[in-house]
Amino acid sequence: MAALTEEQSMIQHQAQSWVIKHASVQEFRNVRDGESDVEFSPQIWSEMVSMGWAGIIIPEAYGGSDLGYLTFGLILEQAGRQLSASPLFASALVGASAILLGGSESQKKMLLPGIADGSEIVTLALEEGPRHAPKNIDLTADSNADGFTLSGSKTFVCEGMSATSYIVAARTDGKAGSPEGITLFVVPADAEGIKRTKLNTVDSRGYANIEFSQVKVTVGAVLGTVGEGHALLEAILDRARAGIAAEMLGTGSQAFEMTLEYLKTRVQFGQVIGSFQALGHRAAGFYSQKELARSCVEAALQSIDNNDGNIDEMSSLAKCKVGDFLHDMSNELIQIHGGIGMTDEFNAGLYLKRARVLESSYGNQAYHRNRYAQIKGF
Amino acid sequence: MTENKLKLDEFRQEVSAWLEGNFPKSLNGKASEIGLGKNVSGRLAEDSDTWRKTLAAQGWGIATWPAEYGGAGLSQKHVQIINEEMDEIGAFNPIPMLAGMGVTMVGPTILEYGTEAQKLRHLPKMASGEIFWCLGYSEPGAGSDLASLTTKAEDKGDHWLINGQKVWTSGADIAQWCGALVRTDPKAKKRSGISFIMFPMDQAGVKTRPVKLISGDSPFCEMFFDNAKAEKNELLGDLNDGWSLGKRLLQHERQSQTGEGGPATGGECLGDIAKRYVGTDEHGTLEDTDLRLRLANHLMDEQAHKLTIRRIMAEAKGNVEVTAVASILKNSATDVAQTRTELLMELMGTQGLGWEGDEYSQDELGNVRMWLGVKAMSIYGGSYEVQKNIISKNILGLPETTQKG
Ligand SMILES: Cc1cc2nc3c(=O)[nH]c(=O)nc-3n(C[C@H](O)[C@H](O)[C@H](O)COP(=O)(O)OP(=O)(O)OC[C@H]3O[C@@H](n4cnc5c(N)ncnc54)[C@H](O)[C@@H]3O)c2cc1C
Repeated sequence: MAALTEEQSMIQHQAQSWVIKHASVQEFRNVRDGESDVEFSPQIWSEMVSMGWAGIIIPEAYGGSDLGYLTFGLILEQAGRQLSASPLFASALVGASAILLGGSESQKKMLLPGIADGSEIVTLALEEGPRHAPKNIDLTADSNADGFTLSGSKTFVCEGMSATSYIVAARTDGKAGSPEGITLFVVPADAEGIKRTKLNTVDSRGYANIEFSQVKVTVGAVLGTVGEGHALLEAILDRARAGIAAEMLGTGSQAFEMTLEYLKTRVQFGQVIGSFQALGHRAAGFYSQKELARSCVEAALQSIDNNDGNIDEMSSLAKCKVGDFLHDMSNELIQIHGGIGMTDEFNAGLYLKRARVLESSYGNQAYHRNRYAQIKGF
Repeated sequence: MTENKLKLDEFRQEVSAWLEGNFPKSLNGKASEIGLGKNVSGRLAEDSDTWRKTLAAQGWGIATWPAEYGGAGLSQKHVQIINEEMDEIGAFNPIPMLAGMGVTMVGPTILEYGTEAQKLRHLPKMASGEIFWCLGYSEPGAGSDLASLTTKAEDKGDHWLINGQKVWTSGADIAQWCGALVRTDPKAKKRSGISFIMFPMDQAGVKTRPVKLISGDSPFCEMFFDNAKAEKNELLGDLNDGWSLGKRLLQHERQSQTGEGGPATGGECLGDIAKRYVGTDEHGTLEDTDLRLRLANHLMDEQAHKLTIRRIMAEAKGNVEVTAVASILKNSATDVAQTRTELLMELMGTQGLGWEGDEYSQDELGNVRMWLGVKAMSIYGGSYEVQKNIISKNILGLPETTQKG
């Protein structure tokens, strides 16, 4: 754990005990096995909001507490531990970051207070294909006298069903694959021409496909500068990567602790299985991997708080290293539990399924190894 | 900016100015040449001796030690600043090397367990790099299972009489002093009859024989004791309590092996070296795409390792307790160094397969030797596997096996 301020430690402890008590894996299971289109409990979400969690990175002038990304990471980590489902990450981190980084004063006034008080759920609509590719944008925004008309489709939009507004990456110029000609728009989810379809994903969380048919928006919907959305988008994505890395650290840490607990209690051959050196060494390896990943995640969040010049490098590092850890750890969670790990009734499967979704979000490990090499100039 | 940060910034400026005024420019970037066993002579030798003395007088050879024992009483944060400022201008601290196992291992243990007289007798000469220490732990029959050691020391009233054999003793051929684990109570249980004793190497009862390593170097020796002597007051800690003290020393050893500037870090960025040997496409991307991603992954691991050291320091508010965490860092330092040298070998192609000769550059030959040299990192100081045992038992609380599966 980074050297935390008193306030941060307090928030961390509060988050830890609240999540275990009110937003545990069991709560997530209930949502999963329920019928709603929205894959989180509105009750849990409104309690999170009332604790101020949705305003952590939002300045006080817009109704937040401005405590920064590292502090937000502490909360996301606890949520990740229990697979707590809510729009906290999608809206209060990614959506809020987008508005903070690219928004005009009036956009900030219009959206940030709502994000902080939970009345707005603002989420990023970016991907158009099965793999993370922030430049492969085909959804077009044709400029006309009244503003722009958006046509195209987005896939795997996080909290797509519950969103009140989308940050849409669109193409105002150039061809898919080019960093030039990308423009971001803030589009209300109830705008005419928007159709959303719930996805049934392996992790049972709230993802959706969104179709845009001739959706009309005004010039005031542009986030940032027309045609220059790529840099803004990458800056938003880097915050998303560092933030989701914190959630992943929590998910992986919990998987580690469940495994360790089982190593200490499951008896075979007349002794607990953790006494077998083959397993003890694997546990030691995972523990080390976890600690190294934590250093990367915290450093990435801190680099954002400090507005350092290497946020891109640090967020790729964090996303990749915590991704490697979570990938291996989620497999090991099943393996060490033996047969019981394969049952739906036991939680291991929930962690494994969630792990793969988290890994693929905003670029998987391979994506970030490649990006890191590019940043390093080879 | 906090007051604390302001003070550190001020300190950084002081350090920078002091280095500017005192570090001999002729030594710039010559850290490895000034290292042990290298034949430096003339001006370079004079300058490096002057530099050692100046640094020692400032207390910065081992700046965290109290001033009365040759240090400067500074925190690890300050030391980090000194190191960073030295790096910045190609300066270096030769004293830990010149003291052998003194500054890094025996010294911290004396600080913790020694009598006041022992501290005053031994620490200042370590801190000034005047006395080189070796460490006699391992024996032919006692490697990882160190507690089965048999070299014995008998109490002869006014001195200790030592008989037996050690192996793999680094620097024994050039050391002036040795700290050794010896059996002082042959009847006690394995771990209970061991003590830590210190004695000078220059005596008839001590013989050393250098052993050549796969890297061609011979930094370590076999060491034979035939009625060697130690003064009575050179017993460190309590009689027959050498095991716990000795383990503590190993934690210090691990700590010293986990640093950011391990043997295979720093220098030119691996990516740039790779570009020279492997070539790039028109976008400047390495042509060997498989190697490229493994390189990126390695650089990430190296960064993760460094960030972890910093995080642990920050959490400890600059005063890191030597703990079991050192086992994690020792293994990750090992992974980083061994992977780095393997990657270097791979990317150099056949230019990385030379042993000596003008067909190969000094760097290429150095990399080959380093590749072989760092294989030792997973063996000494408690092997890779032993570190994992420590993590699983001491940190994770997993029990030892009681029967065969
Ligand atoms: C370059 C170098 C410098 C050294 N310098 C010094 C020095 O200055 N002073 C000194 O006293 N010693 C020194 N050593 C010795 C070093 O400490 C020993 O080599 C080390 O303790 C391992 O002992 P061993 O070589 O007998 O290997 P062994 O203990 O025989 O180990 C053989 C293999 O078995 C594994 N193994 C052993 N026990 C276990 C276990 N319980 N669980 C799982 N695996 C196990 C080991 O990991 C290793 O892979 C040095 C060694 C090297 C290579």
